[in-house]
Amino acid sequence: MSVTDRINTTLRKVPVWVLYSIGALWPAWLLYQAATGAMGVEPVKALEHELGELGLQALIVGLAITPLRAITGVNLIRFRRAIGVLTFYFISTHLLVWLVLDVQILSEIWKDILKRPYITVGMAAFLLMTPLAITSNNWSVRKLGPSWRKLHRLVYPTVLLGGVHYIMVGKTWEVEPLLYMAVILTLLGWRVTQARKKSKSRRQPSAGASRVAS
Amino acid sequence: MAYKNVLKYSDVTPRADFMNRRQLMGGAAGLAAGLALGPALGASKYSVDLKPNPLEDITAYNNFYEFGTGKTDPADNAHMLTTDPWSVEIDGMVDRPGSYGLEDILKNVTLEERIYRFRCVETWSMVVPWVGFELKQLLERAGVQGSAKYVAFQTLLRPEEMPGQRTRSLEWPYREGLRLDEAMHPLTLMATGIYDQPMPKQNGAPLRLVVPWKYGYKSIKSIVRVTLTDKEPQTTWNMLQPREYGFYSNVNPEVSHPRWSQAYEKPIGGGLFAKRQETLMFNGYADDVASLYDGMDLVVNH
Repeated sequence: MSVTDRINTTLRKVPVWVLYSIGALWPAWLLYQAATGAMGVEPVKALEHELGELGLQALIVGLAITPLRAITGVNLIRFRRAIGVLTFYFISTHLLVWLVLDVQILSEIWKDILKRPYITVGMAAFLLMTPLAITSNNWSVRKLGPSWRKLHRLVYPTVLLGGVHYIMVGKTWEVEPLLYMAVILTLLGWRVTQARKKSKSRRQPSAGASRVAS
Repeated sequence: MAYKNVLKYSDVTPRADFMNRRQLMGGAAGLAAGLALGPALGASKYSVDLKPNPLEDITAYNNFYEFGTGKTDPADNAHMLTTDPWSVEIDGMVDRPGSYGLEDILKNVTLEERIYRFRCVETWSMVVPWVGFELKQLLERAGVQGSAKYVAFQTLLRPEEMPGQRTRSLEWPYREGLRLDEAMHPLTLMATGIYDQPMPKQNGAPLRLVVPWKYGYKSIKSIVRVTLTDKEPQTTWNMLQPREYGFYSNVNPEVSHPRWSQAYEKPIGGGLFAKRQETLMFNGYADDVASLYDGMDLVVNH
């Protein structure tokens, strides 16, 4: 049995609810740390940042599943819905901390959303994610048919906006957000390349056929 | 061989213990003299009547990009900095230019405690009990010439001890500047300590500026050069983003930073549920400094 097969066999034994449980408790753990001083003297900003970063990480993991399977054969597709739903949950808690603990004042919140570009960008990403979270269930997949796949391509602009939001938060060009953006662009770039290959092979059926045959 | 400090911040005696010991020692207040002062001095009329943040807050949450862009990077990395010997080059339009050693500077000034509000452009704030002297005293000693209109400041450039300077987060060395009347204002302080401690390295040891009515980045740290000039000096954040950081950078709740509002601030130390409070014009120092800007458009000259 190859290493890939062994990994996949092991992964099949992990129930998806394990991932849901860990993910659900993670923000609570961060909140506990913030409340008990483990996040320093300004726990609100720290918590907000941790949750936002967690959401972006989850988005990137979700985006990496397809390329990972195509390149290495490791199959995480079973977990993809859970990762997607958790991403939305993480970003919702990030937003909630910003609203309730950070900005606090309703009129300021509205002003920030309209007038602060990085907040506008972040809010746009959140709005794009919302229909994806709502339709992450079997019923929606059946009901929407082929348009479900089209709808869920919204994850691409979402992750781009998320990466841009992170870069814009900093006062200077900071290294970490730029690294996140590099990973995001690599993952999206891989998809563009794949799509090009596909359309090429459709236009030249013989070349495509010979590749499949080899 | 030069003295090497192997002590870490965790080795510092907690302030509470140390205060008890001081009480036991009774009148031995003279021990704290030098760079920092004990609370023995009378309260300055320029001090605000607010409870200062504990030293733990003031030394744990800093912007000092020379040691990294994270808030705890300065506390983690500033121990690498050598602050002794230290001298300040005073040049430009002065009668007595030259290199002034720190001890020599301190011998000729009056140290006092000043409890000031501190407002960061990032919308957090603290109350800090600085110890220092009025910048005016140093400038008068150097002899400001009539033609001088501005004062330019520079932070130490020493990448081998300041890891942030090995990155290009900002253009080094860090530069700041004041108009001469701002520099001569009695509120403008050259600080050498906090509470009864010499200036902690992450806060800009051994000598830093404190201009309480301006956003924190104007209060340049670890100063090695002061230049009197007749031209508005270049300032680091303004060089990076002129739209976001003006030369004046007076605290003004009505002028938003392009990326966030300045109407409110979050006092550090209130924990997870700290309430925002309204930011005051000139950070609460309007009575003292508003007249410096009479007739100026504070939006244009932000």
